[in-house]
Amino acid sequence: MRLHLKSGRLIDPNTGKDEVMDLLISDGIIERIGKNLASPRNYNVMDLKNKVVTPGFIDIHVHLREPGFEHKETIATGCASAAAGGFTSVCCMPNTNPAIDDESVVRYVRESGKRVTGGLVDVYPIAAATKGRKGEELAPIAELAQAGAVAFSDDGAPIASAEMMRRILEYSSMFGLAVIQHAEEPTLTKGGAMNEGFQSTRLGMPAIPPIAEELMVARDIILLRYIPKAKYHVAHISTAQTIELVRRGKKEKLNITSEAAPHHFTLTDEAVEGFDTNTKMNPPLRSRDDVEAVKQGLKDGTIDAIATDHAPHTIDEKEVEYTSAPFGIVGLETAFGLSLTELVEKKYITLYQLIEKFTSSPRRIVRLPQIIIEEGAGANLTLLDPEKQWTVDVKAFLSKSKNSPFHGRRLRGKALGIINGTQTFFCE
Amino acid sequence: MKLQSRHLLGLEGVSKEDINLILDTAESFKEVLGRPIKKVPPLQGKTIVNLFFENSTRTRISFELAERRLSADVVNFAAGGSSVSKGETLKDTARNIEAMKIDMVVIRHSSTGAPHFLSRVVQANVVNAGDGQHEHPTQALLDMMTLREKYGTLEGLRVCIVGDILHSRVARSNIFGLKTMGAEVSVCGPETLMPRCIEEMGVKVYNKLEEIIPHVDALNVLRIQLERQKNGLFPSLREYHRYFGVTKEKVDRAPKPITIMHPGPINRDVELSADLADGEHSVILEQVTNGEAVRMSVLYLLGTSN
Repeated sequence: MRLHLKSGRLIDPNTGKDEVMDLLISDGIIERIGKNLASPRNYNVMDLKNKVVTPGFIDIHVHLREPGFEHKETIATGCASAAAGGFTSVCCMPNTNPAIDDESVVRYVRESGKRVTGGLVDVYPIAAATKGRKGEELAPIAELAQAGAVAFSDDGAPIASAEMMRRILEYSSMFGLAVIQHAEEPTLTKGGAMNEGFQSTRLGMPAIPPIAEELMVARDIILLRYIPKAKYHVAHISTAQTIELVRRGKKEKLNITSEAAPHHFTLTDEAVEGFDTNTKMNPPLRSRDDVEAVKQGLKDGTIDAIATDHAPHTIDEKEVEYTSAPFGIVGLETAFGLSLTELVEKKYITLYQLIEKFTSSPRRIVRLPQIIIEEGAGANLTLLDPEKQWTVDVKAFLSKSKNSPFHGRRLRGKALGIINGTQTFFCE
Repeated sequence: MKLQSRHLLGLEGVSKEDINLILDTAESFKEVLGRPIKKVPPLQGKTIVNLFFENSTRTRISFELAERRLSADVVNFAAGGSSVSKGETLKDTARNIEAMKIDMVVIRHSSTGAPHFLSRVVQANVVNAGDGQHEHPTQALLDMMTLREKYGTLEGLRVCIVGDILHSRVARSNIFGLKTMGAEVSVCGPETLMPRCIEEMGVKVYNKLEEIIPHVDALNVLRIQLERQKNGLFPSLREYHRYFGVTKEKVDRAPKPITIMHPGPINRDVELSADLADGEHSVILEQVTNGEAVRMSVLYLLGTSN
C-alpha cells in the first residue's frame, strides 16, 4: 500500500510542528515529508486540503467487554468503533469476566487485539489492581506489568480501602506505572443513579453526591504525598472540587494526572429529565458549574487527557427503569466531534491543544512511547476533518452497542480515518 | 374541556387551568359519591389496568373504585419489587398488556420515572399512582381539593409539609401543585431527611416545628418509614416523635386552629398524635373521600379526551 497524503495540515504535538505538508507512505513507513511533493507512480493520492493529519489518537479509558460480556462488545467491534472514531490505540479496562487480573488474560487481550484488527488498532490492557477487582488482595502487579499491562485500576469500582490503596501505590511505583482510580467513596453512593443536587431533588432520584468523588481523591492525594514515587491518575474526573484538588496536587509537583470524558464537558444533570437511561453513567452528569470546571481544567492543563469511558450496554439492558439500568455510554465514535464542538468551537482550547489531549498527553500517562511523525518512522496517523458537520446516528456506529445520549446531535469535526503501519481504515 | 397532556405523570409543569379543571370536575364527582347509586357511565367500554409493582392497599382500592364508578372494565396486576427481578422487563410487561387492547394504565412503581418510561412505550393513557421518590400526583390533587374545599382558594394559603421530605413523592407533588396554585409552601423535618437544594423549589425549610407552626394554615404530615431509622437517618422513633411528631401540645400554641392532613397510613403517636388525627381540625378522612373524586376526575378527563 502506497499513499500520498496531499496538502493536509500536519499537527504533531511531539515536535511542535503545525503546517501544511505532504506525506508519502509506503509499506507502513513514512517515506518522505515535504511541501508540494510530486506524486510518484503507483501511489494513491488523498487530497487532504483543509484536513488535518496527526499522530494516531489513543483512548486510555475503554471497556472492550471481552472476555465475558461479548453480547455488549467484543475486541473486534470495540476496535472497529475505535477506528471509526479515529483512534489507533485503546487501553481497555479490566472489568471483564474473568477480570484482567492474571498475566494470561493480559496476553489474551493483547493478542486478540492484534489478531482481530490485524494491527489496525493497538490494544493495551489496563490490569486490575486487586485480585478480581475486589479491593482485598494485591493483584500480581509485577507479572501483569511484564505481560504488558500499561496501568492498574479496579475501574468500575474504587480502590476503597486506604490500606489497600497505600500498598498498590507502593508496589506499582516499582514499575513506574500509573494507578488509575475510579474515585468514589462507596458508602456515600449506595443506590444512587444521578448527581445529587437540585435536579435529583426535583426528580426524586436516589443520588450520588459530588463529595463521594472529592473525598476519595483528597484521600489519595494525601497517600500520594506520603508515597511520592507512585503515579496516580484520576479517571473520568467530573466535579469542580476534584479538579481543584488535582490542580493543587500538580502545583505541589505530585505525580498526579487526570482525564475527562466528553459527556462530562457536554451535558449537565438537567439531561436526566425525561429519564433516558443513556444519561445514566458513573460518575454521573454533574451540575453546570462542574461542567464549566471540566472545560477550565482542560484549558489550564489540570486535566491532561480526554478519554471516553466507552461503556457499551445492549438496548435491552438499558431499556429498563432508570434506577435499574446499568451505568455508562459508548463514546469512541463521538469523542472527537463532541470535543471539537464543545472545546475548540467554544474557544476553550485550540485544535492543537485538543490533539495533545488525544495523543501525546494520554500516552505519557500510560507510559507508551510517543508517536513521532518523521521520515523513516512507522506510520501511526489519524486523519481528521475539523470542518465536517454531521449528525450523530447511533445506527451507524460500528460499536456493537448503541447506548448514546447524543443520537441526533449536530456536531462539527469528524475522523476521516486512521493509518497504523500497513493497516488503514477510512470512514465512508 | 380537556387536559393539555394525555397522561398524568406528575404535577410539575401542569398548568393552573388544568389543576382547576381536575378539581372542579372532582367536585361534581363528589356529588355523585353522595348519591344512593354511585355509578356513572362515561368510561363504559374502556378497559383500565392497575399495574402495581409496589405494595399499596388504599391507593389501589381508591383507583379501582374510581374506575368502577365510571363504569370502566378493570384489571389488576400486582407484582412486588422491580420487574427486572421477575425476569421480565417493564417494557415487555407493558407491551404485552397493550397487546390485550387496554385503554388506560395506572402504574405504581418503586423506580423513579417508571411511568414516564411506560408512556413512551405504550399507546394507552398513563396515570402515575406513585413513582419512587418522585411524584404522586393524585395524592397532591386530593390534598389540594381538600384544602380548597375548606378555605375556598389555594391562593396565599400557608401549608407546611412535615417529615421525610427526601423520600417523599407526596411532598414533591404537593410542592409542584401548591406552588402553581399560588400557595405558600414550607417543609419541616430533620436535616438528614431533607433533600439538597430543596429551597430552590421555592419552599422555606425548617428543622423545628415550633418555628413554623405559628405561621401556617395547614400541616401535611408525612408517614415516617421505620427503615429510615435502620439506615441511620434518625436515631429512634421516640426521638423522632419528640422533635418532629405533630402533637396537640405543639399545635395548640398556634394563634388559630391548624388543619391536620396525612396521606395515610398513619403511625399513630409517631409522626402524628392520635388526638390530633381524630380531632376536630383533622381532615384525614375527607382526604380519603376526595381521593375517590379526584381519581374519578383524572380518569374521566383523560379517558374521554381521545
